[in-house]
Amino acid sequence: MTATDSYQTPDGRTIGPNVMEMRNISLRFGGVKAIQDISFDIHEGEIRAIIGPNGAGKSSMLNVINGFYHPQEGEILYKGEVRKPMKPYEIAYQGIARTFQNIALFKGMSTLDNIMTGRLTHMKTGMLEQIIWSGRAEREEVENRAFVEHIIDFLEIQTIRKTPVGRLPYGLQKRVELGRALAAEPSLLLLDEPMAGMNVEEKEDMSRFILDVNDEFGTTIALIEHDMGVVMDIADRVVVMDYGKKIGDGTPSEVRNNQDVIDAYLGVSHD
Amino acid sequence: MLYREVGEFKPSYKKDQQTFPIRLDRYGYYAILAFAFCVIPFLINDYWANAILLPFLIFGIAAIGLNILTGYCGQVSLGSGGFMAVGAYACYKLMTGFPDLNIIFCIMLSGGITALVGIMFGLPSLRIKGFYLAVATLAAQFFLIWLFNKVAWFYNYSASGQITAPERTLFGEIVTGANATPEVAYLVCLSFLVVLAMVARNLTRGSVGRKWMAIRDMDIAAEIIGVNPLMAKLTAFGVSSFYVGIAGALLFSVYLGAVEVGEVFGIQKSFIILFMIIIGGLGSIFGSLAGAAFLVAMPVVLKNVMVGQLGWAVDLAAHFEFLIVGALIIFFLIVEPHGFAMLWRIIKEKLRLWPFPH
Amino acid sequence: MLSADFFYGMEVFLNGLMTGVMYSLVALGFVLIFKASGIFNYAQGVMALFAALTLVGFQNGQVPFSHLINAIFGTDIHHFGWHLPAFLAILLALLVMIIFAFLVEKFVLKHLVNQEPIILFMATIGLAYFMEGFGDLMWGSNVKKLDIGIPQGGNFWIEENTAFLGGEDFYGFYLDTLDIYATVIAIILVSGLVTFSQYTKTGRALRAVADDHQAALSVGISLRTIWVIVWCIAGFVALVAGIMWGSKSGVQFSLSLIALKALPVLMLGGFTSIPGAIIGGLIIGVGEKMFEFLIGAPFLGGATENWFAYMLALVFLVFRPQGLFGEKIIERV
Repeated sequence: MTATDSYQTPDGRTIGPNVMEMRNISLRFGGVKAIQDISFDIHEGEIRAIIGPNGAGKSSMLNVINGFYHPQEGEILYKGEVRKPMKPYEIAYQGIARTFQNIALFKGMSTLDNIMTGRLTHMKTGMLEQIIWSGRAEREEVENRAFVEHIIDFLEIQTIRKTPVGRLPYGLQKRVELGRALAAEPSLLLLDEPMAGMNVEEKEDMSRFILDVNDEFGTTIALIEHDMGVVMDIADRVVVMDYGKKIGDGTPSEVRNNQDVIDAYLGVSHD
Repeated sequence: MLYREVGEFKPSYKKDQQTFPIRLDRYGYYAILAFAFCVIPFLINDYWANAILLPFLIFGIAAIGLNILTGYCGQVSLGSGGFMAVGAYACYKLMTGFPDLNIIFCIMLSGGITALVGIMFGLPSLRIKGFYLAVATLAAQFFLIWLFNKVAWFYNYSASGQITAPERTLFGEIVTGANATPEVAYLVCLSFLVVLAMVARNLTRGSVGRKWMAIRDMDIAAEIIGVNPLMAKLTAFGVSSFYVGIAGALLFSVYLGAVEVGEVFGIQKSFIILFMIIIGGLGSIFGSLAGAAFLVAMPVVLKNVMVGQLGWAVDLAAHFEFLIVGALIIFFLIVEPHGFAMLWRIIKEKLRLWPFPH
Repeated sequence: MLSADFFYGMEVFLNGLMTGVMYSLVALGFVLIFKASGIFNYAQGVMALFAALTLVGFQNGQVPFSHLINAIFGTDIHHFGWHLPAFLAILLALLVMIIFAFLVEKFVLKHLVNQEPIILFMATIGLAYFMEGFGDLMWGSNVKKLDIGIPQGGNFWIEENTAFLGGEDFYGFYLDTLDIYATVIAIILVSGLVTFSQYTKTGRALRAVADDHQAALSVGISLRTIWVIVWCIAGFVALVAGIMWGSKSGVQFSLSLIALKALPVLMLGGFTSIPGAIIGGLIIGVGEKMFEFLIGAPFLGGATENWFAYMLALVFLVFRPQGLFGEKIIERV
């Protein structure tokens, strides 16, 4: 299997060619080497997980992908082209959305408005049209509202539509944040520990939503997760990082049997 | 039970997104507008216009402006007084430089010029945040006041250093200068306020407003979902300064008629406008107006009670004014950071249920 | 031979340096409160005014709230009729500032724990308004003369002994004795505060709180005690600054605006750095005097001191947002 090929998953889904390829990425903060010479790819329609112990550089990797950090070395291919250094908001317009490890919702706004912000990259009317608020501006608002309501239905959060998100419990906030990222109709969705701090039931809900998103919208997903059980269940392929280096890459079963990964992370005894 | 939304179904998202989704609110709003435009002009006299109504309308505009920047976009500015001065001096230069230009255009253009100045002073906001930015806007305040004081071109080399509004008419009625009648001045300011308030409402409920609020609530997340922070902040600075500039132009041309920059547009003005939106409610257009009404009316009431009724010295009333305003600011920040607007909302929530407990 | 202009410039420089020390002193009050509580205390300037008002009031035996009492009861009282020695009046004023610190903690800070910095900042603006009204109500708003026995006027000794440096037109440096005293006192105070925060137990607790409120609480440091202590110190600094500025230009409202100059000082020096406050103060003091002397007065019509400090700080911040000595802020997602 070469990097750009499509492949079949064990459960029979066809995964397309790659949308993103990281080539020899290195990122340093002063003397700290957060990421060292890492290469991997993400295929269209797959669920790709990045795992590793604390401080392995997983979050830095996501930040590199969505342009918050700029790597000193290496290049990023996105949809077959080498990506120029861009600002995070430009990358959002390229169709990459994400959620955050510590929820980063807009606390002063309602659930509806939070998810509507996810539609910003699809809203084109300028300030003057919005001042008059008739014709295009209003029509655009209504169309996007309809799309957002679709996502609200999908995530089953109709009842909290107009509640300020600051008042919502943790699990629901995580769901709203997922909704905001989905509203952008991303071609690549990055999830930074979507299940951190959740109880078993909430984790199951969230796993189901992630699988459904992948299934229904065909969204490509790259996620970071600590819970090995969940990762092994939902991911198609897994990258394992340790101390900023890649120590394993492959399907969950391949990774599970990789000796380096076992040594570094899983801590299973050698027999 | 009188105030409720039961039985009001919204068949479309358009209906759900209107400014006053509840029917009773909508009728109340129309009634207030009708009263303000059709009744008050016949009741108004010089005292009411000059002591309460004109300052309320003008500072209402300024407060909405600052609320767009501070309440919606989260950028605290202490330079409102300086930006009002820009509006006033721009208006003066336009009125004297182009005597045939309609006064309404003069005032609008003054707002535009102030917007440009505001954008210029907003540029550092990309690099500095929070109270660093607040202090940086003090630079605008002090610099602008100094500029209008020292550069004689701005006041047309007049010996007193003051600027005085020449007489201008609109539809044959005198709007500016000493001969303007209170009802005309009132109607001009009211029209500006109503139009600008509607514009502010439209801007804050669409994608522009959501960009501002996203920057306010969490700037990094906002950038990652596609908000260009510099553009969002600069548009907020621009729109906000436009409002503040128009307020300054109206204050000078329609209300005061003559202005000495240090006295009228000093740093105290910046604070008063900031206080209006804190007391009224950050991120609320209704709150901006409520705060402006409160801070315009309070000194007048204090003065009437203390000086008029009790016969105390004028300066005592002034000291009390400072004391009360300061205490109220602290009180509101502690108890209800969303000010009058939130109190009003809570009252409405209660009214929806009244007289039943649940 | 150097020209007289050069020496005049030198004189401006020295005066700027001394003004700068005064700025540093006020700025230090800000830094202390900021470090210990994350509060950017806008009221510091009004505190200096209030302290000076109180000092003058005690010294002259003014009856507090006399205007109000007279207005309510129709009496006509103004003074108790005594004159306190300066030293006693200073002690009493200090006591008032300490009581004030307790009250601020009890009625304001306690209720604003964990609020965003910008809310706290706006609360201190409210506090400034309150104190201004309160101070005027208590002591009256007329301009008062403050004299605690520090000599004023040109220092002849320095003038005579520096005259030889220049030519015939040069009569020696003109430096105000008050400024020299102020500089010396400020230097003593600054070193005292630095020593206090670096080498005493309370100072260490104070720095711990500054670093992390939660962590400090967990090792048994009482946040509220620390806050009271810090506001007491800030009150003390305000008193000293009030005495110096008040002796120089009278106790009046503008005193609180002079103290505002400490803000650009902080932006330049970084909000968390004591050396930053000192050096920032010197840069601003010298900078604004030299700018006025070289560019402001000859080309711009003068009075540039009103805004120079802010503009300098603004331009500076755009290029180095954390200030000269502030720690670099690394943004994390």
